[in-house]
Amino acid sequence: MKPRRMLWWLLFMVGMAGMNALVLGQPGQGEFLPMSQVPASEQLPAARLLIAAYAFVWIAMLAYVLTIWQRLGKVEREIDELSSQLAKRQP
Amino acid sequence: MRKLFLPIVVALMAIYPASLVLIARARYESTMGLVQKIFYFHMPPAMLMLWSAIFCGVVSGLFLIRKRLIWDHLAVAAAELTVLYGLIAMVTGPLWARKAWGVWWTWDPRLTMSLLMWMIFVSYLLLRKYGGPGSEKLAAGLAVFGMANAPFVYISVNVWRTMHPKTTVVPTLPVDFATALWVSFGGFLLLYIALLAARVRLEEQRAALDRLFMEIE
Repeated sequence: MKPRRMLWWLLFMVGMAGMNALVLGQPGQGEFLPMSQVPASEQLPAARLLIAAYAFVWIAMLAYVLTIWQRLGKVEREIDELSSQLAKRQP
Repeated sequence: MRKLFLPIVVALMAIYPASLVLIARARYESTMGLVQKIFYFHMPPAMLMLWSAIFCGVVSGLFLIRKRLIWDHLAVAAAELTVLYGLIAMVTGPLWARKAWGVWWTWDPRLTMSLLMWMIFVSYLLLRKYGGPGSEKLAAGLAVFGMANAPFVYISVNVWRTMHPKTTVVPTLPVDFATALWVSFGGFLLLYIALLAARVRLEEQRAALDRLFMEIE
């Protein structure tokens, strides 16, 4: 291995070891915390999840009704066209 | 089915707002709080997905035996509604799970089997759309297999160790929880019947269109 590459590797290893030492030096959490003591940024807002769930149900249902309406309308238009074509053909 | 359509829509318009009022008035569950109210819009579609899968399997079996078109029309409609209700259950479920369990999704037996059954019915619809002539019989066979999966989805929470609540939770609910749940269930059921009627009508019209094409040719 070239000396320059070896130097880079050495620096990388020292850096990693330093980072590990910093992380391990932090005092760890010894026990579970009650939800009331957890910072607000760590808590999930229930209202948003609830609104998202109810909104999704309504949107999915409305979208499905709309697709049935469109498909039915298209088929009925085609039936009308073909019926009129058939009526013209008959003497 | 067409005669039933208007009364169902009227009943639906009465029952749906009632379910929302009851859900809003129901007490907060002690451990999960507000997010538990997703339950009223999660359990009914999930239950109806299972019923719909069984219904689709039964009418598909009848179509294979009797070969009458009405069974096929009912099967297509039920398969589409199984996918719709399954999608609702599988979107509302993770929204609840994220708060209650801390994860959006886990490969729990109930969740995995529900996803598997949902995918069977998605493949039914894909087969119907792209399978070409004769695909209705293949799809009917697939629906029977989908139906066979439904009881396993239902009992999975009682048989295997799982994070999902057991089926015994529902009969033991307090009165205000149970009232909100069953009124909501009634709304979803009526909506299911109304959508089934509309979807069957679409299939009938498509069959009429095919007959007209044959006449012209």
